[in-house]
Amino acid sequence: MEKMPKWADVVLIPLISLLLATILSALVILAIGEDPVAAVNLMVTGALGSTYGWGYTLYYATNFIFTGLAVSVAFHARLFNIGGEGQAMLGGLGVAMVCLYVPWPHWSIALLAASAGAMLFGAAWAAIPAYLQAKRGSHIVITTIMFNFIAAAFLNYMLVNVMRPQGSQDPATARFPEAVHLPTFQSMFSTAENVMFRGAPANISFFVAILACLVVWALIWRTRLGYEIRAYGHSETGAVYAGISPVRITIVTMLISGALAGMMAINNVMGEAERLVLNSTEGAGFIGIAVALMGRSHPFGVFLAAILFGFLYQGGAELALWTSIPRELIVVIQALVILFTGALDNMVRMPLEKLFLMLRRGSA
Amino acid sequence: MDMFLTLIQVLDSTVRLATPLLLACLAGLYSERAGIFDIGLEGKMLMAAFFSAAIAAVTGSVWLGLLAGIASSLVLSGLHGLASITFRGNQLISGVAINFLASGLTVLIAQSWFKQGGRTPSLFGGGRFESAEFPYAIGPEDAELTGQPVSELMSDANSFHMVYSELLSGHSILVYVAFLMVPATWWVLYRTRFGLRLRAVGENPAAVDTAGVSVVGLRFAAVAICGVLCGIAGAYLATALQAGFVKEMTAGRGFIALAALIFAKWRPWHAMGACLLFGLLQAIALRFQNIDLGGVVIPVQVMDALPYILTVVILAGFVGKAIPPRAGGEPYVKER
Repeated sequence: MEKMPKWADVVLIPLISLLLATILSALVILAIGEDPVAAVNLMVTGALGSTYGWGYTLYYATNFIFTGLAVSVAFHARLFNIGGEGQAMLGGLGVAMVCLYVPWPHWSIALLAASAGAMLFGAAWAAIPAYLQAKRGSHIVITTIMFNFIAAAFLNYMLVNVMRPQGSQDPATARFPEAVHLPTFQSMFSTAENVMFRGAPANISFFVAILACLVVWALIWRTRLGYEIRAYGHSETGAVYAGISPVRITIVTMLISGALAGMMAINNVMGEAERLVLNSTEGAGFIGIAVALMGRSHPFGVFLAAILFGFLYQGGAELALWTSIPRELIVVIQALVILFTGALDNMVRMPLEKLFLMLRRGSA
Repeated sequence: MDMFLTLIQVLDSTVRLATPLLLACLAGLYSERAGIFDIGLEGKMLMAAFFSAAIAAVTGSVWLGLLAGIASSLVLSGLHGLASITFRGNQLISGVAINFLASGLTVLIAQSWFKQGGRTPSLFGGGRFESAEFPYAIGPEDAELTGQPVSELMSDANSFHMVYSELLSGHSILVYVAFLMVPATWWVLYRTRFGLRLRAVGENPAAVDTAGVSVVGLRFAAVAICGVLCGIAGAYLATALQAGFVKEMTAGRGFIALAALIFAKWRPWHAMGACLLFGLLQAIALRFQNIDLGGVVIPVQVMDALPYILTVVILAGFVGKAIPPRAGGEPYVKER
C-alpha cells in the first residue's frame, strides 16, 4: 500500500519545500535589512508586470527548460548529470560553427541545422563520461564535474586562440550573419500600433523548448526506450533480468541528456547574443538541477519550475537594479530550493507520511 | 644560477598554492573515508574565506578571523550532515546546494556589511597571517640591514641557503599546519581506534553498527573534521594567500581538491603528492602564460584543464584504478 496519495507526492511535497525555501529567503532579505514584501512586489512587477518583463522571464525559462529536461532524463535512469553546464557550453560551440561557417539562406533552415549542431556537440561532451560510467565504472558525477571545467578551458582556448576575429580583443566569435537571426517575440507578436516585448530577448526557441517537453514526455512514457530507461532507474538488477543492457541505457540516456543541455545554445547563443561569448551559459546548466528536482523530473513540472526560475532570474535582476540587494540573492534561493526539494526531501516527506497514515487510520 | 632561482621560486609558489588544496583534500578524505561524499568542499572554503576575512577586517585579529571561518564552515558541514546522515538525503545534491548557498550568501552578506560590491576591505597588519621567517633565512630584515633588495641578496646566496630562505622559510603558519596535517591524518586513520572505525564505517557501516559503535556519531565526527579543515583552507585563502575576500575567490579549488583526492585514491600521503602536483600546475600557469616546448606551444588553458583531465584518466582506470570507499554515498539505514 502506498504511504501517501500520489497527489501529495507530486504536488504537496514540492509546494511545502518551496514554501520553506521562500520563508528562509524572506528571512535572508530581512537579515540584510530590506523589506521582503516590497522585494516580492518589485520582482513581480519587474518580471511579470509588462511584456518586456515577460520577454526576459520566458527567455531565461527557455534555457532552464532545456537544462532541466537534460537533468530529468538522466534522473529517470538514476544518473546524476551535473555536467549540463559543460554540455551547454559545447552546444554553443556547435551552434557557432553552424552559424558562422555555412551561409544559410533562411533562419528556419539554420535553426534546424544549429539544433543538430548543438545536440551533436552536447551529446559528444556527455559521451565520454557516459562511456566511462558504463564501461569502467567511473562515477558519473565526478567525471561530469571534471568535464565542466575541461569544457570551460577548451572554450576559452577556442575563443581566444581560434575563433576570435582578427583585430578583436574580446574573447568572442564574430557576430552571426543577419540571415540566421531568430525571430524574437517582438517581431512575432507586435502589431503596427502596439509594440510588444520591446527589446526583450525571448525568441522562437521558447516554442522549441515546449516541443522538447512534449518529445521528452513521449520518449519517457510512451516508447520502449523510455520504459527501459525507467526500469533501469528503478532497479538495475531487475532491468538486467529483463534483458535490458545497462551499458546501452547508460550511454543512450546520457547522450539524450547531453543533447538536451546542448540545445540550450539555440536560445542563448543563436537567439540572444548572436555570437559565442565566454561564459555564455551563466550557470544555467546548474539551475537545471534545481528545475528538475522541483519539477519532479516530469516535463510538465520542469516547464513550470523553469518559468518559476525564469521569474526569479528576471525579478532578481530588477531587484539588483532598483535596490541594494545584489543578484546573488537568486543563487541563495536556488540553493534553498535544491536543498529542500533535493537533499532534505525526507525532512518534509517523513512527517507528511506519518500524517497521512494517521488520517487513514482515523477514517478506517 | 638564475634558472635555479626561478625553479625555486616556482616551487615556492607551488607550496603556497598547494596549501588550500591540501587542506581541502584532507578534509574530503576524512568525510569520504567515512562514507559521506562531499562535493561541497568548494562552498565550505568560500564561506570560511568570507567569514575569516570579514571578522579579521572588523576586529583586526586574524586569529578571531580563523575561528569565525572554521565556525562558518562547520555550520555548512552540520547542514550536510543533517541532510545526508540524519535525513538520509542525496549527498551529492546536498553538496551542490551547499556550494550555491555559499556562493550566494557570501556576496549577499559582504554587500550588506561592507558595501564594496561583494568584497571585504583589504586586510593589513594583524588582520593577516604574517609569514614565519626562519632563523638565518634571507628576509626583509636583512634587506633593511644591508640596504640591498631581497631579490639581490637571494641571487648572491649559495643554493642551499636559497632553498632554505625561499622555499622552506617565509610561509604563513597555516602552510606548515597543512603539511603537518598529512602525517597527523595518516596517524589518526591508520594508528588509532577512531581511525579504524572511521575507515570501517565507510566500507561496511552495518559491521560497525553490529560492533556497537554509533554509525551516525562517527559520520558526524568525520563531517565535523572536514568542516574544520575546510575552514582553515578558506581562512588561508583570504587572510594569508590574499589580503581579503573577493567574490568566488575559491575559483574551483574545492573541485581540484576533490580531483586530487581521487587522484590520491583516498590516501593521505598520496593526497599531498597530488596536491603538490596540481599546485605546481597552477604555479606554472601563473608564472608562464603559454609554454614553448621546442616549437610546440602549450597554451595556458591546457595547464588549467590538466588536473581535471588527469583525474578523468585515473578514474577511467587506465593508470591504476581508483576505487572509492565502498559505502560512500549510501545513507545508512539501521536494520530492524
